[in-house]
Amino acid sequence: MLGILLEGSIAVAGAGIGAGIAVLGAGVGIGKIGGSAVESIARQPSETNKIQTAMLISAALIEGVALFAVVVCLLIALG
Amino acid sequence: MATNLHKFLLTATLALVVLCNTNNAFANSAPAADEPFNPGKMIQDHIADAPDWHLFDIDGHAYSIPLPVILYSSQKGLDVFSSSRFEHGHATYKGYKLESNHIVAVDTKGAADHSAHFYNVSITKNVASMMLSALLLLALMLTIANSYKKRQGLAPSGAQSFFEPIILYIRDDVAKPMIGPQYAKFMPYLLTIFFFIWFNNLLGLMPSGANVSGNITFTMFLALATFVITTFTANKYYWAHILWTPGVPLPLRIIILPLEIVGMFTKPFSLMIRLFANITAGHIIVLSFIGLIFIFKTVYMSAFGIPFALFISVLELFVAILQAYVFTLLTALYFGSAVHAHEHDDDHAQGHEAAH
Repeated sequence: MLGILLEGSIAVAGAGIGAGIAVLGAGVGIGKIGGSAVESIARQPSETNKIQTAMLISAALIEGVALFAVVVCLLIALG
Repeated sequence: MATNLHKFLLTATLALVVLCNTNNAFANSAPAADEPFNPGKMIQDHIADAPDWHLFDIDGHAYSIPLPVILYSSQKGLDVFSSSRFEHGHATYKGYKLESNHIVAVDTKGAADHSAHFYNVSITKNVASMMLSALLLLALMLTIANSYKKRQGLAPSGAQSFFEPIILYIRDDVAKPMIGPQYAKFMPYLLTIFFFIWFNNLLGLMPSGANVSGNITFTMFLALATFVITTFTANKYYWAHILWTPGVPLPLRIIILPLEIVGMFTKPFSLMIRLFANITAGHIIVLSFIGLIFIFKTVYMSAFGIPFALFISVLELFVAILQAYVFTLLTALYFGSAVHAHEHDDDHAQGHEAAH
């Protein structure tokens, strides 16, 4: 019964689920960063530039990790 | 003078024309009229490299710019010819043929010989696009440099006034805070990668544009350049932090050593993957929305597909400059960590505030 997992189409379905979960993780993580960045800008508007820079760096790093997962899922789905 | 009545009549006529337009449009090229539409292949053809620069199809006939194919093999020697000899994959020429836009050697019977080893240094679509963007960058930056020479002490004008805030931003808000007092020697490289990546991202979004920054080899070499510069300008504090972290107990140092060595390689690796995946994913999304129209084989799907594709394309314009900025920022960060002169090594455990 577990032999069905060897089917190629199940692998592609797994790739789709994996990409979805990766995007979920990225969304939650970057959402938290955005939320706390906006909050801290509200508390101290004079530091907006520094907070924006820090937010962008963190968001880019986290998105990089999520894109690792997307690339792996693409590799599974297309080959 | 457009009165309200005029505008109403014009809108009503336009709406009627759009809604009553029911002629069938065949979007596939003629030989493939009976094949079902393969969205994966369409996307792959747009993302991947090709030996000719395909511009558009009219009435099933492909219009493309043929580019030089340069091959070298130890048996056959150097072969230089136009990619139009391959006739879009239908012909074999001088012992080579195209298999889904990849050049493979053929043996005497005409079958593909994958074991034959040859060097492919052709000018492909990506190479030609990179050359074009490099020329564009040279022309632009030389013009700006000339303006500075001619207008010394005067206010900037023209291209100079548009790019000056951007260049100063890279210097004052990316290089100086991240690298510190030695920022000047890294500025040429940082400015180059910022503008090169930005222009290549933008050119990839144009119609018939080449997907250069979505090519993993391209981003790999950019990340490799960053890695090489970081490694060769690093001072002894950088290596000390990696190999023999000061201020932590000895067993931890042994554990940290392999982690830090791996980290030295994962940083440029993540630079490579981030740029590649962001740009390629953006292109795939836009192509998927347009492809939806052909999957459902109705022109009314465009009412759903085109606005979404437009929205994603505008987002991609923002992503173009954002990814260039992030690549440059992280590169400056790595340079800064390489040349950072750190004197308070023994006070690591207590933190920096106690030492100051």
